[in-house]
Amino acid sequence: MDMIAALSLGFSVALDPTNLLYCFIGVLLGTLVGVLPGIGPTATIAMLLPITFTLGPSTALIMLAGIYYGAQYGGSTTAILINLPGESSSAVTAIDGYQMAKQGRAGPALATAALGSFFAGTVGTLLLAFFAPPLARAALNFGAPEYFALIVLGLLVSIALAHGSILKALAMIVLGLLLGMVGQDIYTGQPRFTFGVRELYSGLNFVSVAVGIFGVAEILRNLENEKNRDVMVKAVKNLWLTRDDFRRIIGPVLRGTGLGAVLGILPGGGHILASFASYSAEKRLSKTPEQFGKGAIEGVAGPESANNAAAQTSFIPLMTLGIPAHPVMALMVGAFILQGITPGPNVINDQPALFWGIIASMWIGNVMLVLLNLPLVGLWVKMLSIPYRALFPAIVLFACIGCFSINQNIFDIYAIAFFGILGYVLIRFGCEPAPLLLGFVLGPLLEEHLRRAMIISRGDPTIFVTRPISATLLGLAVLAVVIAVLPSIRKKRQEVFVEED
Amino acid sequence: MAINASTKELVSGGLFAAFGAYFVAESLNYEVGTAFRMGPGFMPLLLGGVLVLLGLGVAASGLKKPDIELRDPVAWRGIILISGVIVFFAVAIRGLGFVPVVVISAFTTAMASRMNSPLFAALLATGLTVMCGLIFKIGLGFQVPWFGPWLGL
Repeated sequence: MDMIAALSLGFSVALDPTNLLYCFIGVLLGTLVGVLPGIGPTATIAMLLPITFTLGPSTALIMLAGIYYGAQYGGSTTAILINLPGESSSAVTAIDGYQMAKQGRAGPALATAALGSFFAGTVGTLLLAFFAPPLARAALNFGAPEYFALIVLGLLVSIALAHGSILKALAMIVLGLLLGMVGQDIYTGQPRFTFGVRELYSGLNFVSVAVGIFGVAEILRNLENEKNRDVMVKAVKNLWLTRDDFRRIIGPVLRGTGLGAVLGILPGGGHILASFASYSAEKRLSKTPEQFGKGAIEGVAGPESANNAAAQTSFIPLMTLGIPAHPVMALMVGAFILQGITPGPNVINDQPALFWGIIASMWIGNVMLVLLNLPLVGLWVKMLSIPYRALFPAIVLFACIGCFSINQNIFDIYAIAFFGILGYVLIRFGCEPAPLLLGFVLGPLLEEHLRRAMIISRGDPTIFVTRPISATLLGLAVLAVVIAVLPSIRKKRQEVFVEED
Repeated sequence: MAINASTKELVSGGLFAAFGAYFVAESLNYEVGTAFRMGPGFMPLLLGGVLVLLGLGVAASGLKKPDIELRDPVAWRGIILISGVIVFFAVAIRGLGFVPVVVISAFTTAMASRMNSPLFAALLATGLTVMCGLIFKIGLGFQVPWFGPWLGL
């Protein structure tokens, strides 16, 4: 069909000067928060959501998307230069990237990360363009049981993302689901869990929860143990790769892209899992696994490509089904809704300019990112010398002002403090916050589709296993849990997550 | 620590169980309904029950496995100052207005770090106030006066 026509529509939207400017602002901000440890894309997008309210829908979403994939680029710079993941998915990059930097090969490591990311980003964007339309058409046939099964699958797969205990991750999801039920019941209007507070009738504000758990809680945790960070490499020279380097990174980049693209599509998968999976795959495939951890360029190329490919393809479930694959995508759902658009299979037909504009902008954004990250690396190195103690007050202020400006609701600000402390307590006792936020967003959807499905089936729960698509999805969900608790996989997971330190 | 168990697991398990119990208890006040026509209480009751069980499971998994690693001290100063600032911001933003609230909040938040001197915090507060004023008030038309009615200006 008119893939060409669709893409040219997309490029005409993305190349509009305003959109181009906001795409640039997005990737610039993304790189910045990716570079700075202690502040990630989740908190940033949550804080900036209110600001995007004043922009048009395509402009707003193009900018927010740019922050997300821009952070994937920026995170690797910090990982390579100071051995700290600027962004969670670049934790693996730090293992070999930092060793390369110590050996004076910071330039090639940064170039590998940027080129791998660019290649993966391009492929991921193309996959999104090709697979989103047919998936959206298929999704139009989805009924309530299929959506319910899909959400269950997404939630259960997301436990693979969490470090450590699977029980805790499950408990965090359920707690998130329950918190998502605060507010008026969709069918009867009965207020639930509101303590009689009128402001809670419309539910807890999503931005408050996200900013509290990913912004404030993280700040409190960082204040436990304050350190100055050392930037070892003051100037990066020689960004070129040798012919030998090129030969060594082609395989890892291709495999990382493939692996990342697949894991990105899975609800609950996402970029963090992708980079871990790619690293262990490269280590296993390598003829010289003993070099990993001592500056193997393959250990930078694979994970960096994987996380960027996953960052692009994780837009597929969002744009076709309206199901967020991870917390950042959940924020994108929030952005769509703020703009008065319900994300889902209808977006592609009802708002083709928006849909294709976002896709085209991703590729343009990736080009900008290569230019921003390679020639300007010196600037980012300077950014790293901004101490954290000067940054976190800005985060707290932006969070408060931003949250308040959405609904002019004082209660939303109290909620930030509550979720900041709750998040800190949970993190301190070893619970990952990401599943909670995912549960919180998906809770109302889960309940709605379950109730609708049960009305369709007149109270017969077998509807979920007699409809083939929902049965398959639920089967996959069970499989995901079984695989996650299998002893051998558990050991592997622990190994992978331990390597991060 | 005298008990032979992981405090991490015991406390987080206990928290989950307590949250679950609250949701169960509260959802009993709502109509539960039937599987065919679920009432507002159905899902929370079910999920609350699951959460209690998961919490107990987490706590049980920590038995006989005392924590090994040493943890950093709790950031009490940060917790008190930062949550205090957020509450102060909520209470005072309409009354005191943008400039005083942002200056006080920024200064207090900066003091949450032991590495910030009062002078540095004051400089930071000034800079942040100018920046936030430019972005939110001038750039985005944030609906709060520069100085609020409490100041009688």
